[in-house]
Amino acid sequence: MKQVVVASGKGGTGKTSLVAAFAELAGRPVVLVDADVDAANLALLLPGEDAPAREFEAGRLARIDAVRCTLCKRCVEACRFDALRLVERRLVLREIACEGCGVCAVVCPEDAVSFEPQRAGEWTVRETRFGPLVHAALTPGAGNSGKLVARLREAARGLAERLAARWLVIDGPPGIGCPVHASVAGADLLVAVTEPTPSALHDLGRLLELAGHFRLPAAVVLNKADLDPAGTELVAAAAAARGAELLGRVPFDPDVPRRLAAGQGLLAVPGVRDAVVACWRAVVRRLDAPGDGAEERQDAIV
Amino acid sequence: MHLVVASGKGGTGKTLVSTHLAWLAAGRGLETVYVDADVEAPNGHLFLAPAVEREERHALPLPVLPAGRCVACGACQDFCPYHAILVLPGTVLVFPELCHSCGGCVRVCPSAALSEAPHEDGTLRAGRAGPLRFLDGRLDVGEPRAAPLIREVLRRIPSGVFAVVDAPPGASCATAAALSGADRALLVTEPTPFGLHDLRSALRLCRSAEVPAAVVLNRADLGDDRPLREFLDAERVPLLAAWRYDPDVAAAVARGELAARRVSWLREAAERLLDVCLAPAEVARP
Repeated sequence: MKQVVVASGKGGTGKTSLVAAFAELAGRPVVLVDADVDAANLALLLPGEDAPAREFEAGRLARIDAVRCTLCKRCVEACRFDALRLVERRLVLREIACEGCGVCAVVCPEDAVSFEPQRAGEWTVRETRFGPLVHAALTPGAGNSGKLVARLREAARGLAERLAARWLVIDGPPGIGCPVHASVAGADLLVAVTEPTPSALHDLGRLLELAGHFRLPAAVVLNKADLDPAGTELVAAAAAARGAELLGRVPFDPDVPRRLAAGQGLLAVPGVRDAVVACWRAVVRRLDAPGDGAEERQDAIV
Repeated sequence: MHLVVASGKGGTGKTLVSTHLAWLAAGRGLETVYVDADVEAPNGHLFLAPAVEREERHALPLPVLPAGRCVACGACQDFCPYHAILVLPGTVLVFPELCHSCGGCVRVCPSAALSEAPHEDGTLRAGRAGPLRFLDGRLDVGEPRAAPLIREVLRRIPSGVFAVVDAPPGASCATAAALSGADRALLVTEPTPFGLHDLRSALRLCRSAEVPAAVVLNRADLGDDRPLREFLDAERVPLLAAWRYDPDVAAAVARGELAARRVSWLREAAERLLDVCLAPAEVARP
């Protein structure tokens, strides 16, 4: 089983629609993960039945006992996350800022702090027509998105083994932070989706640098390639400079957002379809090639 | 006033909206700062081309164990809820990628054996683009946590100025950090099921953070905006602007330019949006 993670640096370059198209092209069964847990959209493109949702508890939140609290403010001063404030002679915990560290409990002379587990989100498995999709919804503002991604990938690996699936395709989050680390670690190939704009090019550079950090082979799909021919050449050069193969160029078609809004995918758009098929063939060629060193890399990361 | 431009879904046009609002406000003579809080993918500088006046490294305190006093009692390891510290005979291992820099381990150490040393995680920059002040943060590649650097960028906002904060996409702890202290939020979306789905999360986040939110619809004609309008009506969230897709705007973005310099309808639309943002009553509706 090969794990392909589709990521981008910059958001909105077309990760999710590309993953949905790859799912169709990979052949049944493919196992899918939506690792963009705070903006999870792959399920919107892949209808199917969800298993009952499972709670994802991670971390904890402080609770202040207002009866015991004497408003001494030691916790307010000690908290490095600015989660505690004195508002009108009352100690208020900003849940959105609390990281559950417990320093407030350490400094409290009145034993007024307790903790409760944080419900950081929920996750489930959807049966789609291409195979199972493991997806989640992070509680807005919650931390631990990286842990949730790790949980999803663990479940997906189990499913892939049980189904003897050849492909596990991960729809990654934007950026280069912890949920991205959790999405790409140990994958066989990073497919970075970009577009010919200075923003996307800038963020592509940072993502490819991260791939280098994780010693992960990377390749690039240039989306909306015909929007700016000069930018297209810059992206191709940037990919080459970092040793990332350019898998293909997908043309811009204003019809794509309309098709997506109507529940259709990239493969339904003539002109776009051929380019996406070529990209997937390039992924297959790349990962089916013998001696690609995936096993050694896995060892190096673990 | 702190106006945060956020989105839920990435690529909807946060930077387009935030750079234009900040640029136009400064052009009106209002003391304004553009703040790029998308520290994982900071792109505002590409459009504003600021002259950088100050650049400094940012660091987080990480526990370190100077030789000597540790008696391997395990108090730090027992305290740490992030499992970032491991006590072994004769030494203590710290895992920087797990540590949240809360300082608790140092506090609970009965032998005062632990101290803290800076661990660099990014760069802060301050400068000017003409009359507009500019601030941004760039997370080092390989660093996992964006929120501490975002909080530090926000701390650099001078008091009394109009701050336009370009937030990271999503609705995770990084976006929450960017919303902290905001007077109001503008949520940029697009007329697709994705845009609407992620807008719901962003709106929930704004409500948790007690920041009043309003919406800007970008590329309004590329999709179907009816579900969005129904949702906003039901939730009583104001739609402040709807900007159409214009290949000239896309081309300007592709050149790294402020599109309103050449596209007059966008300039007028952004001026109107700025008027609304600066008029408290309009956006402050719950």
